[in-house]
Amino acid sequence: MNKIVEKEFFSENVCKFIIEAPDIAKSRKPGNFVIIRLDEKGERIPLTIASSDEGKGTITLVVQRVGVTTAKLLSMEAGENIHDVVGPLGKATHIENVGTVLCAGGGVGVAPLLPIVEGFKKAGNKVVTVLAARTKDLVILEEQMRAFSDEVIVMTDDGSYGKKGLVTAGMEEVIQREKVNLSVVIGPAIMMKFAALTTQKYNIPTIASLNTIMVDGTGMCGACRVSVGGKTRFVCIDGPEFDAHQVNFDEMLQRLGSYKKEEAEAYERYLKTVQ
Amino acid sequence: MENIAEYLKEERSQPWRDELRKSMKAKERTSLERIHMPEQDPEERSHNYLEVNLGLTEEQALVESHRCLDCPDPTCITGCPVGINIPKFIKKIEAKDYLGAAVVLKETNALPAVCGRVCPQEVQCEANCFYTVKLKKTPVAIGNLERFAADYERNSGKISVPEISEQNSIKVAVIGSGPAGLAASGDLAKFGYDVTVFEALHEIGGVLKYGIPEYRLPNEVIDVEIESLRKMGVKFRTNFVVGKTASVDDLRKEGFEAFFVGSGAGLPRFMGIPGENHIGIYSSNEYLTRINLMHAADPDYDTPILRGKTVAVIGGGNTAMDSVRTAKRMGAERAILVYRRSEKEMPARIEEVKHAKEEGIEFLTLHNPLEYFADEQGRVNRMKLQVMELGEPDASGRRRPVPVKGSEFDIDVDLVVVAIGVSPNPLIPHALPGLEMSKWGTIVVNKDTMQSSIPDLFAGGDIVRGGATVILAMGDGRKAAAGMHKYLQEKVKSR
Repeated sequence: MNKIVEKEFFSENVCKFIIEAPDIAKSRKPGNFVIIRLDEKGERIPLTIASSDEGKGTITLVVQRVGVTTAKLLSMEAGENIHDVVGPLGKATHIENVGTVLCAGGGVGVAPLLPIVEGFKKAGNKVVTVLAARTKDLVILEEQMRAFSDEVIVMTDDGSYGKKGLVTAGMEEVIQREKVNLSVVIGPAIMMKFAALTTQKYNIPTIASLNTIMVDGTGMCGACRVSVGGKTRFVCIDGPEFDAHQVNFDEMLQRLGSYKKEEAEAYERYLKTVQ
Repeated sequence: MENIAEYLKEERSQPWRDELRKSMKAKERTSLERIHMPEQDPEERSHNYLEVNLGLTEEQALVESHRCLDCPDPTCITGCPVGINIPKFIKKIEAKDYLGAAVVLKETNALPAVCGRVCPQEVQCEANCFYTVKLKKTPVAIGNLERFAADYERNSGKISVPEISEQNSIKVAVIGSGPAGLAASGDLAKFGYDVTVFEALHEIGGVLKYGIPEYRLPNEVIDVEIESLRKMGVKFRTNFVVGKTASVDDLRKEGFEAFFVGSGAGLPRFMGIPGENHIGIYSSNEYLTRINLMHAADPDYDTPILRGKTVAVIGGGNTAMDSVRTAKRMGAERAILVYRRSEKEMPARIEEVKHAKEEGIEFLTLHNPLEYFADEQGRVNRMKLQVMELGEPDASGRRRPVPVKGSEFDIDVDLVVVAIGVSPNPLIPHALPGLEMSKWGTIVVNKDTMQSSIPDLFAGGDIVRGGATVILAMGDGRKAAAGMHKYLQEKVKSR
């Protein structure tokens, strides 16, 4: 049982949770994720850790409402318990001083990007961060990102905040004007696909953090498999970070939709129970 | 070994055993026919998740127990990986002391109700039974009797807790709560250690819970055996991944003085053929875990599962049988087992093959998949198969399957389960860089003590064997517990 200590809505469908998990708070590193199960009948879903406080024994997760489990989680309040939280899982981000790092985050992908931005900054890199969202209300963690970035460029699809355009436009702007040694992209699969295509044009080594469907998260089931460089790899133990230029994003996008029908039906049923 | 022979002899010469032996002539005993295990009707059971084998009744168990000759040289025991005193427990049944029979089982076996159900007795104890070896008759139904005694105890509510040596407050850690870990923790608790089992999943039991379906091994049966371990003082920590949540070094700092690694088989194997990542192609681990551990077939649970009208399961082992029989229960109109060799070479238990056939599973032996195709949504809808024939024997002694040229053809399928084996779980080896590993990714151990290249770390089960049975894993766990005991006693002496 892990208690929710704090809950804060970033927008209608995106919420930050601070959760008691002392062992995980102590051992987690940038790039790691946890698997949670809300209750005894719940499913296991992976969520990347945004930050932790070792002293308080807590971890922070940023969750977007996408289906039944996340909707249920967003309806939970501080003081309530999550039945199971296990982690930290996956390999940690390899952080070193490479020069200039271009970090690009889309949607809730910005949350797991935060500790990576912090890590690269502390390792002595120049960090330029591009934050992308559909609209102004969905831009998250901007202030925290500014604290660890040399520059933050905000992009919104509708131009309601920052610059108008997709994440790739912001990335191009940086790449055009200065030498970028490494790029890290985290966000929806479709965003990572196009971000990877952008950096590939300029031969910039690029890391993407993948959030696939998982069950156990410890290398046992193979639900999370993706093709990287033509080979099948497991996101939970070989990843979650991979060379973005080698990832078959189309296959990943398709696999992410494995339960589209089942999920939609389950969500309908869920909505009826809460109404 | 001499000590064991002495011990068995002494036990056998107990007056109650003598008396029983004399109560019936050997000829009368051998003239009895083996009692057939009652089973649920095949048609009915292929639509439910209830146990297929129903267990012997008291009357049946009594008759069967009379068949055992209580041999002076009980060769059956040599076939048991955990060394159960088989004649003794069977004679306890004959004496109608069923609870006493369960106590005998628990002397050496932490999970008798599990083993009575899933052990391949036909290649172990029963293969070494006097009936099989000398009389060329069907062996005493040792497994069915084991299950009877264990079930009798569970249903009686008078569950015995094995005797425990005086607690020595030495902390030991068991990593993984599958059969190897549970067997090790049972013995370590008996020796008096302060045992904590660390489990990565949210439930205790490992493969017994996520892998083996309820129709072969109900979860309730496992839970009762786990409860017995709790009563012996074993502590369990779920949601704890050693090597991630805390390192082995962290645990050493917390005072753990020895470790048993029973982290099991990990990574599912795939064939590496085109289309294998299409939607609707599962590894057997994923398919069975969703259904067994996550209860995906029950609409009250949140975990989704894809169902198929025509399901192909690739492989010929017990996991393949579990998967294909599960697919039938999940509503498949056709559940097809695709295996590249012939039925004779199948590693699955004969009983599983028989049960599968009774339930209407189609066997497509001497066939191998070459490629999978999908619809616009990416869901598998067809597979290309190749006909195989048997060539010369390979390293395993089985005849090697060879493709028949020009024999390819397609069949429509909408769900595929790949059950061709697993590779050892890489989590622990990754977390312990100094650990000596084999080229197959298994932990290298001393075969007698199960000690690894790291002195305080012992290992057993699939992480050492690569892929084996519940009972072999349990045998490893027991051996490792003995090895750890010796190691720790010497360590304590030298303090």
